[in-house]
Amino acid sequence: MTAFTSAGGTTTAGPAKAPARRRRLAGAGVVLRRRLLVAVPVLAATSAGMFALGAASPIDPAMQYAGAAAFTASEENLAQIRANWGVDDPLPVQYARWVGNLLRGDLGWSTSRHEPVTSVLTARAGWTLLLVGAALALVLVASLLLGTLAAYRRGGWFDRSLRATAYAVQSMPVFWLGLAAIAVFALTLGWLPAGGLTDVTATTTDPADVARHLVLPVTVLAISQAPWFVLFIRDAVAESLRDDHVLAARARGLPGRTVLFGHALRTALLPFLTLVGTHLPELVGGAVLVETVFSLPGLGAVTVQAALGSDFPLLAATTLATTVVVLAANLATDLAYAAADPRVRLDD
Amino acid sequence: MGKRLSTRVTALAAAVLVTAGCSSPVTSPAATPGGGTLVVATAGEPDTLNPVLNFGVDGGSLIFDGLVARDARNQLVPALARELPTVSTDGRTVTAKLRDGVLFHDGSPLTARDVVFTYRAVLDPKVDSTLRSDLDMLSAVAAPDTTTVVFTLKYAYAPFLQRLALGIVPAEAFAGADVNTAEFNRKPVGTGPYRVTSWTPGDRLVLAANDTYWGGKPANAVVVVAFVADDNVRAQRMRAGEFDAAELAPKLAAGFDRQAGYRVQRVPTADYRGVMLPMGNPVTADVAVRRALHLAVDRQAMVTGVLGGAGEPAFGPVPPSSEFFEPSVAGRPAADPAAAAAALDAAGWEPGPDGIRVRNGRQAAFTLMYPATDSLRKELALAVTADARKAGIKVTPEGLTWDAITPRMKTDALIMGYGTPYDPDFVSYQLFGSAFAGQGFFNPGSYHSPVVDEALQAGRGNAGPAARRAAYSTFQKQLAADVPWVFLTYLQHTYAVKDAVAGVTPRVEPHEHDVANSLWWNIHTWTKQP
Repeated sequence: MTAFTSAGGTTTAGPAKAPARRRRLAGAGVVLRRRLLVAVPVLAATSAGMFALGAASPIDPAMQYAGAAAFTASEENLAQIRANWGVDDPLPVQYARWVGNLLRGDLGWSTSRHEPVTSVLTARAGWTLLLVGAALALVLVASLLLGTLAAYRRGGWFDRSLRATAYAVQSMPVFWLGLAAIAVFALTLGWLPAGGLTDVTATTTDPADVARHLVLPVTVLAISQAPWFVLFIRDAVAESLRDDHVLAARARGLPGRTVLFGHALRTALLPFLTLVGTHLPELVGGAVLVETVFSLPGLGAVTVQAALGSDFPLLAATTLATTVVVLAANLATDLAYAAADPRVRLDD
Repeated sequence: MGKRLSTRVTALAAAVLVTAGCSSPVTSPAATPGGGTLVVATAGEPDTLNPVLNFGVDGGSLIFDGLVARDARNQLVPALARELPTVSTDGRTVTAKLRDGVLFHDGSPLTARDVVFTYRAVLDPKVDSTLRSDLDMLSAVAAPDTTTVVFTLKYAYAPFLQRLALGIVPAEAFAGADVNTAEFNRKPVGTGPYRVTSWTPGDRLVLAANDTYWGGKPANAVVVVAFVADDNVRAQRMRAGEFDAAELAPKLAAGFDRQAGYRVQRVPTADYRGVMLPMGNPVTADVAVRRALHLAVDRQAMVTGVLGGAGEPAFGPVPPSSEFFEPSVAGRPAADPAAAAAALDAAGWEPGPDGIRVRNGRQAAFTLMYPATDSLRKELALAVTADARKAGIKVTPEGLTWDAITPRMKTDALIMGYGTPYDPDFVSYQLFGSAFAGQGFFNPGSYHSPVVDEALQAGRGNAGPAARRAAYSTFQKQLAADVPWVFLTYLQHTYAVKDAVAGVTPRVEPHEHDVANSLWWNIHTWTKQP
């Protein structure tokens, strides 16, 4: 309780009789504001660093744009295109122009995709978010259940085979898993489509059709990311089953389910939240590969293309978007941590 | 109690795990909706659908027509022009008469103004068109009336009519718009057999038949072009029955030779691979070394081994399918180690202690660069390395990115690839002309030959067919004597096609092939059994 008596410095802190959950998140407003203040310089530094790295790369965006036409386009022709794009301008000029446009709500023109960056993002970011979000949800649910169960029957056949599977899956590259899943579920069994967002002849984006097409990619992404989480939960729960308060709960004769999920899992959950937060970038990385294998029109392929083509505006936008997601995930992790653990204070 | 819990959790966990498979045992994806829809898959996705910005320039774009088109033998035939445009006696004025009653997809009529707009847009320095260099000879284009277009050239250019396959866009659609950023580039309006229904970047392009097409109503109501960048994924999805035709790498395509319901189309091309030997390197600058390498490489083994049979030996930049091909330059498909050794002996390259030839203390050794991500060029580089070693030439292959390769092209050899079946002038003028020495990809090895320069000039000037043939014959013979490049193979582009599809008419393809210029150049006449 001492932690919460000192939380009085915040304006949102409720009176002492407020419900515990509300008091635990008492410092949330302050934390939110403080994180936003930190986020601005972080985002500025990320975007500036991205421009600097891009400028250091020897890639000529005009040559990249020309593709095979680079063999037939004269140097003069390519120089004209570079001049039209302003990509030969000094770096600070390009950066200032980009920031100026950003403040006006214009993310710029993607030279690799030949359309506004906003259209690239709006057309594709949703699919990547859907893929990552669904995979994350599946990973969380499955790893909590499987890990807890394995810990409960530590050393049993289920525990041993789960751990063996997790180690095996951990060593499989995600694109290999994807191709294997296509070979089994699409080619051999014919249950699910091999790729694409909808049936290739479909004229509309029907949600049921999309859902059916996402089953394999989401499952493959989830499975590829699951081993870490499963093993972590299994070890943490196994550990906490030996904790004093869990033993005490058992001794008091509480039902096994209550002890397992109410006491042991809950103790194990706290470090798990951190793991989820720090693991998010890897999930995004896996999504890039999964999008390629299942020919999904997400941000993955387009980001790689932007990097290869020195497409600063698009690269900056996707980098910033990813940074925002990671910062938001960290914040959410901390808030969840505070909500779950009475010992954690938000106000310092 | 513990037992009951564990059973329940196991059931739940199992349910989560198998959600993947059992949730919706739906109909096989092989069941494509009834006739009238054709689905083709390609690796490359265009970044624009505007011909001015280099979409489907050489015809076969499906959405647009040029003044001229190419038939199954790549011969020019009239398209939007009523007949093939006429060329004045000095070769500097070209006049085209438009076909009557041609409508754009939006119902507006095609006029000479649209043609003029299209060509002027390419020439406009503010427009990001990589075609401007191709139209370097064009000084003006005008429309004296609504059905006549007059091109004025800076100099006589014999293959000019070939450049008129460029798709024509409606001027009206660009009123007040910047061509570079116009909405048209993603929602184009053309005169071709198909109009664009939707384009989902990264996914597919959906085309609907233009029922009022001047060339006749297309046989198929809908064409879907699926973009699947990954080679293996494309093959898998083809096998799952999703596509009627797909472009596949030779080895992946070969898998469909044995698959019931499919056939493999191996299409000859002008797409060559060769070793560019720079004059700025003391070893590769020696014509004896270049000739020895030319004799030492086993082109037949490369075709069988590296290309899986999908190709043919190459001895020059003009493909055997071309009317300008000079047969006398073709050599032995297999290696000729004795002749290679003789060439090196005659030039004073003596075998050293380690088997590598040496002359005046210098080893016959050089670096051979290739783009590291291109597995075909990598395998060719390794084959050249092995063949050269047998002749006592030490080649060090090095896989790099293009950005690392470009600054080194003046002194290090490189596996290059390009080629077009349309006219020998198109690429060769820049690749082998001394005026372009050291200019980027144009003549990176700085090859100089007055004979070649003269022949290339004679071939493009105001020359009749016979004079052109003579000029390109001289060019090819001189190239074979000087060996600035060791040409290795012409590729075949390979496609898997469902047996149910009829009417496929392959024509010799250029280096580039994606939505346009692929096997499906005439897809509007394909038929498919339901």
